[in-house]
Amino acid sequence: MVTLNDYLIASGLLFAIGFAGVLLRRNVIIIFMALELMLNAANLSLIGFSRYNVHDGLPDYNGQVLAFFIITVAAAEVTVGLAIIVALFRARQTTHVEDINTLKF
Amino acid sequence: MSPLLFWIFVAMMLFFGGMVVLNRNPVASALSLVVCFLALAALFVSLDAYFIGVIQILVYAGAVMVLFLFIIMLLDLKAEVRRRVNLPAMCGGFIVIILFVKVLSDVSYGFEGGDAKFQAISQGPQGDVWHVGMVLFQQYNIALQVVGTLILVASIGVVILSKRELK
Repeated sequence: MVTLNDYLIASGLLFAIGFAGVLLRRNVIIIFMALELMLNAANLSLIGFSRYNVHDGLPDYNGQVLAFFIITVAAAEVTVGLAIIVALFRARQTTHVEDINTLKF
Repeated sequence: MSPLLFWIFVAMMLFFGGMVVLNRNPVASALSLVVCFLALAALFVSLDAYFIGVIQILVYAGAVMVLFLFIIMLLDLKAEVRRRVNLPAMCGGFIVIILFVKVLSDVSYGFEGGDAKFQAISQGPQGDVWHVGMVLFQQYNIALQVVGTLILVASIGVVILSKRELK
């Protein structure tokens, strides 16, 4: 029997992996992929909550609609972010975050 | 869904998610991310969210990952060379992650709704997409319009960002 907790733990571990990627990697593109992992972990827990909250034989569709919006916004975010990375690469010839430190205090 | 399949897909998702972070070659990372998203889509289907599962495959494993691969190949990124690791930052990162997993497990195991039973659902003859569409276009119509505008603004922003000379 798979309970809601199993889904939440799976989602939390995926979030932790994405978090680790953002904190430990130094390549902008990999950091960006790790961000996507974190967004998807949030989606998994939303769908899990939606499915385990059954009313009148139907799951709570609000959670699924929120996951749909997250996917849409994430797609928009990816296009803008990758455009910024390409513009950055044109200006600096690097994707390594430690080489981009003009704003660092 | 049987527990065996659930754990297989969770293991796949976490393994390939870990490979995204651990691989030194960006192309290998991107391909691991595709497999991770496929396993995640399987988990969505196991939760009877067929629409979100299909969208996950089409939008993420299809469009977004092709965009990532395209940019990686456009920038011609090589496998990252080893640099001197910034030790304090590395240790700080690990400490934050370990504390995060600790808080996560505490919260999850203390959550009393977490052992909810998997109840059967009956979506009737309309099925999943019909129900999602009803909620989306009736309750969240304004939000849907806003998201459409957001995508328009994002695509205009990308066009402006990719101009050679910014004025």
